[in-house]
Amino acid sequence: MSVTEPPQRVAVSGEAVAGPAHPATAAVVEPGAPVAPQIHSEFLHFALRNWKFVVGASVVLGCLVVALVGPLLTDHTPLEFTGPTDQPPSSEYWFGTTSYGQDVYSQFVHGLRAAFLVGGLGGGIAWVLGASVGFTAGYRGGWIDDILNMLTNVVLVIPTLAILIIVAAYLEIQSYSAEAVIIGLTSWPWAARAVRSQTFSLKTREFVDLARLSGRSTRQILTTELAPNMSSYLLMMFILLFGGAILIGASLDFLGLGPSESISLGLMMNNSFLASALLLGSWWWFLPPGLGIVALVGGLYVMNVGLDEVFNPKLRET
Amino acid sequence: MLRYLSRKAAIYLLTFFVAVTIDWAIPRFMPGDPIEGLLSRMHAQPGSEQALSGYYSQAFGFDVPLWQQYLNFWAALFRGDLGVSITNFPTPVSELIMSALPYTLALLLPAILLSFWAGNKVGALAARRKVLDNTVLPASYVLTATPQMWLGIVLAWLFASTWAIFPVSGAYGLDIQPAWSLEFALSFLYHWILPFSALFLVAFGGWAIGMRNMIIYELESDYSNYLAALGAPSKLVRKYAYRNALLPQITGLALALGAVVAGAIVVEIVFSYPGLGTLTLSAIQNRDYFLIQGIFLFLITGVLIANFVIDIAYVVIDPRTRIGMQGS
Repeated sequence: MSVTEPPQRVAVSGEAVAGPAHPATAAVVEPGAPVAPQIHSEFLHFALRNWKFVVGASVVLGCLVVALVGPLLTDHTPLEFTGPTDQPPSSEYWFGTTSYGQDVYSQFVHGLRAAFLVGGLGGGIAWVLGASVGFTAGYRGGWIDDILNMLTNVVLVIPTLAILIIVAAYLEIQSYSAEAVIIGLTSWPWAARAVRSQTFSLKTREFVDLARLSGRSTRQILTTELAPNMSSYLLMMFILLFGGAILIGASLDFLGLGPSESISLGLMMNNSFLASALLLGSWWWFLPPGLGIVALVGGLYVMNVGLDEVFNPKLRET
Repeated sequence: MLRYLSRKAAIYLLTFFVAVTIDWAIPRFMPGDPIEGLLSRMHAQPGSEQALSGYYSQAFGFDVPLWQQYLNFWAALFRGDLGVSITNFPTPVSELIMSALPYTLALLLPAILLSFWAGNKVGALAARRKVLDNTVLPASYVLTATPQMWLGIVLAWLFASTWAIFPVSGAYGLDIQPAWSLEFALSFLYHWILPFSALFLVAFGGWAIGMRNMIIYELESDYSNYLAALGAPSKLVRKYAYRNALLPQITGLALALGAVVAGAIVVEIVFSYPGLGTLTLSAIQNRDYFLIQGIFLFLITGVLIANFVIDIAYVVIDPRTRIGMQGS
């Protein structure tokens, strides 16, 4: 199978575009990666020697461990107003306490859980939507493509946060799953565009023609011929959507539009800001939530560059 | 070229139509009675509920059939009538938005343009240069992963609260009024630096990464190798690579607009900057629904116009689109 096909030149005319606010990581991927049994060992071989992948993946894994294990290590619950108020970090309250006497450490670890939920579920929904719309539009072409492309373009131009603000203002969001669903439903368009242009370039290749001639169904061709050749691309797309959903969710919570009954990193920033933690100098309250997001999302992005270099030898540093 | 632009314009008009329809539909088709929901969350004084309920059902136009409500909504929109703010009764929503708009634009436009310019330059410098690449790239990744409001909070904490170099909030000093004077301009600039920096830095990271990757890609291409083989100085090769790499970045600019606008909203809140973001927060906190809906429409219209401007710029910059579009 051809592996030496040159990378697709995306975004030449302003029509075929790949990439969101972070355009280039997704923009220069080779669509035809080898699909052979040895891919896993080969992938691991290069992945473990790529410091970006190793560092990014370790940070993300570290965040996951903190989110899973962290809440078990403390007796304090994130929302009860029991402790002393405005205490700096101590052996009893590891990250200090809020102006209301809540434990910041407990809020942080629970907030990290919420971030994984919003990122995974929201990014996952956007990923499924983007991939299906992109595949269908790119593979079918014709009027289906026209309609889906128009839909994509319309959702693409509407600022996600603006639409989330108006939806969340009327429909009070009760849980982080609900928030994730709303984020997922609005953040898929760039992914759909990217998958569409990749599918376009793949579907004219010989092996797809061969599959079509041998009578495979469209679904089989999509899942066994096209998807495996785009797997690296799809994986990186998911990572970007994951990180993006976390950032959007944090903004929404910071505006006070997220669930108010539980805690998230964005809500921590909102609470600390409204309680003037800034002026009181309670840095232990407003620094951890932001650092958590930067670590998690930054880790995801750096891991993504690493993956990009692993899958696409041309990008590797010489 | 005209065909290309008119096709784009058609998409934007359609988007505007969809946005207005969403704006109209959401209060009407959300589960539950919107007016009851509004009143229960407003904690209105007993006795005033009856009057408020009557006001709302008249203001939303609930007393006529749906299709007529929809047409009325459009008619009001074309008169520039977005309803009346509840919190600042009886100021029209459009008036509130217009008075907040200059501050938001003063933050947004320089942040977008300067971060685009600086990010692209630095990204282009960093590509394929080991030391610079290994410093600029990680820094850029940390920056793009930073929530703008948190960067704003940290900047305010460091430079306004701890060291007191810059003011912590507002768009100008409390002792002066907005006017076209040097004194106001200086005070404005002084208050503008921190919120601007928060927006600028986050956007800067994204552009630097994008440009760095695109330049590497361009330097791999045949024309670069050919130029280099001819003995052209690497500076010249990079210059051509930069020009080609800039095009996808401009497309990216259109895509990133929504994110920058969202960033401006949250950063303004951190600094109590009297723009659309702070207006949004007060509208959310006071359940001022007409104001929220008005801001929503306004943001979308702004982003659509900006998209169209970028499309025109793209045609001007890239001659291939002009020829290609005429041909097909």
